[in-house]
Amino acid sequence: MFGRILLGLALAVAIAIGALVAWQWRGELPPSTASAHSFDPGIVAKGAQLAAIGDCAGCHTTSGGKSYAGGFPVETPFGIIYGPNITPDRDTGIGTWSEEAFRRAMREGVARDGTHLYPAFPYDHFTKLTDGDISALYAFLMTRDPAMRTNRTPQLAFPLNSRIFAASWQLLFLDKGPYRSDPSQSADWNRGAYLVEGLGHCGACHTPRNKLGAEEKHQRFAGGEGENWNAPPLNATSPAPVPWTADQLFAYLKYGFTDQHGFAAGPMQLVSTNLSKAPNADVRAIATYIAAFAGPRDTAGRQRQTDAALAFAQQRALTVNELSRATTGAAPANGASPGGTLFAGACATCHRSGGGLPVSRPVALALSTPVNASRPDNLLRIVLNGIHPPPGRRGPIMPGFSGALTDPQLFALVDYVRTHYSRGPAWANVAAALADVRRKQTPTTEAP
Amino acid sequence: MTVLNVNGKQHEVNADPRTPLLYVLRNDLALNAAKFGCGLGQCGACTVLVDHNPVFSCVTPIAALEGRYIRTVEDLGTVDKPGPVQRAFIEEQAAQCGYCIPGMMMRAQALLEKNAAPSDTQIREALEPNLCRCGTQMRILRAVHRAAKLMTVELQGPLREAQK
Repeated sequence: MFGRILLGLALAVAIAIGALVAWQWRGELPPSTASAHSFDPGIVAKGAQLAAIGDCAGCHTTSGGKSYAGGFPVETPFGIIYGPNITPDRDTGIGTWSEEAFRRAMREGVARDGTHLYPAFPYDHFTKLTDGDISALYAFLMTRDPAMRTNRTPQLAFPLNSRIFAASWQLLFLDKGPYRSDPSQSADWNRGAYLVEGLGHCGACHTPRNKLGAEEKHQRFAGGEGENWNAPPLNATSPAPVPWTADQLFAYLKYGFTDQHGFAAGPMQLVSTNLSKAPNADVRAIATYIAAFAGPRDTAGRQRQTDAALAFAQQRALTVNELSRATTGAAPANGASPGGTLFAGACATCHRSGGGLPVSRPVALALSTPVNASRPDNLLRIVLNGIHPPPGRRGPIMPGFSGALTDPQLFALVDYVRTHYSRGPAWANVAAALADVRRKQTPTTEAP
Repeated sequence: MTVLNVNGKQHEVNADPRTPLLYVLRNDLALNAAKFGCGLGQCGACTVLVDHNPVFSCVTPIAALEGRYIRTVEDLGTVDKPGPVQRAFIEEQAAQCGYCIPGMMMRAQALLEKNAAPSDTQIREALEPNLCRCGTQMRILRAVHRAAKLMTVELQGPLREAQK
């Protein structure tokens, strides 16, 4: 009897899988023979700007590797997926992909040979792209230098390593179709929405994901994770003390710095480096769209929050006098906490009122998002490793303190910074967060 | 009163605990190898070792250093008997003005204690935080390679003795 039930179940499962395979089956598309000469230079240039907005190189280039030749490890809760080679190399890249095959990959998440791609490739966003933009991206990629670099197999546990799971995921979560504009909004907002929800795939990091790794659509921009950093919320729950405005977002995205929020760090460095090459109108549109999510809805509320944050920052800024006591060797102020002592000696040289570097001025810490975030992870990461401009670029340098401070000192310092510079509650889980940050920062470099 | 262990010696230091180590080394302990470059943790001239890790002493308050093992260039060798890193820097004539060199040597020492035979890339990555305005970077690179060899040779002596 049980045998029959089992047999019946097995049969049902087999039929279900068969149906799924039939439903999701995509054939191989014929190899193309296109040559670089068949693209209009204007289209290629447009594709270059689009590739910058999409940050394609971010996942499709490994550190020290050739541009777009792949290899960057994208860490997911399910395992590591390596960005593939998307240069036009015919053997190891996408040199044999026709524009039709490229379009299918962008819209449906299926490779030229019919393989279903893992959703680490954000086709759930790219599906919104117009034909013209996909053509431009294709023209841009097909005119890159072909680089021979064999793709690395994803490190996923069984049964996730079966591509049928990518196909099932698509069935459940891939909402295909182009971006539909909202006539009740401005043209600028709609352009921003198209870029943010499509090519920019901002939600891939800034929106939380469900257990199956799909974005929680009803929690758009409520904060997520990207490249082991906390991607802060961009919606009304944003921890930024001064609510983001379109102007501040534009400056941050275009130049990597705003006086009311600070410098781009972590994965946002590359995003802002890329967006510095994008047309101003597009960056402005992105800023307009994102700013509509951030902070209180009403103008008066936003102004109140801004005024309060700026007043608090001014009140908490350390003065030169407090710093000079530290360097001249006078007695410390009564009741100086261990964290405050460390801050005065290690941080205040730059992070004091009027302090700064020859080329830049650090943000008032009371305005900083990591200091005001609900979790200490990003602040810990910055204190441990510092901030360094991307290789070959100029930008502010903050030294890392991983060698200088012991764990108890780090806890004391972070506690002081949080207490002094934020009106948020003390962080309860700093030790666990530090362990997590340390575990995640072991670099997952590519095997030679 | 802060007790600091510098180059294996205990020093009782009467300075504000917020004082960066660099000023205590130079002003209180007369250990002048570590240099004041920028005072902002940007240039690396002040680099010393704390518990085997290179740190910028200009932004490390002594409050953080009680009970920890601090080393400066003075610990690497003497004028009469320079250590392998110092010998290598002399033999490669890696200094022009020389202001950055103590920091470079300490960072090189830290690297070589962890990696006895680093590649060119590994040396470049390790020394990246330290700046040299004169442009002796190529000589510094050669000096670190040479220091690696000198250290290995120095280790081989006692090894051969032990094998006899």
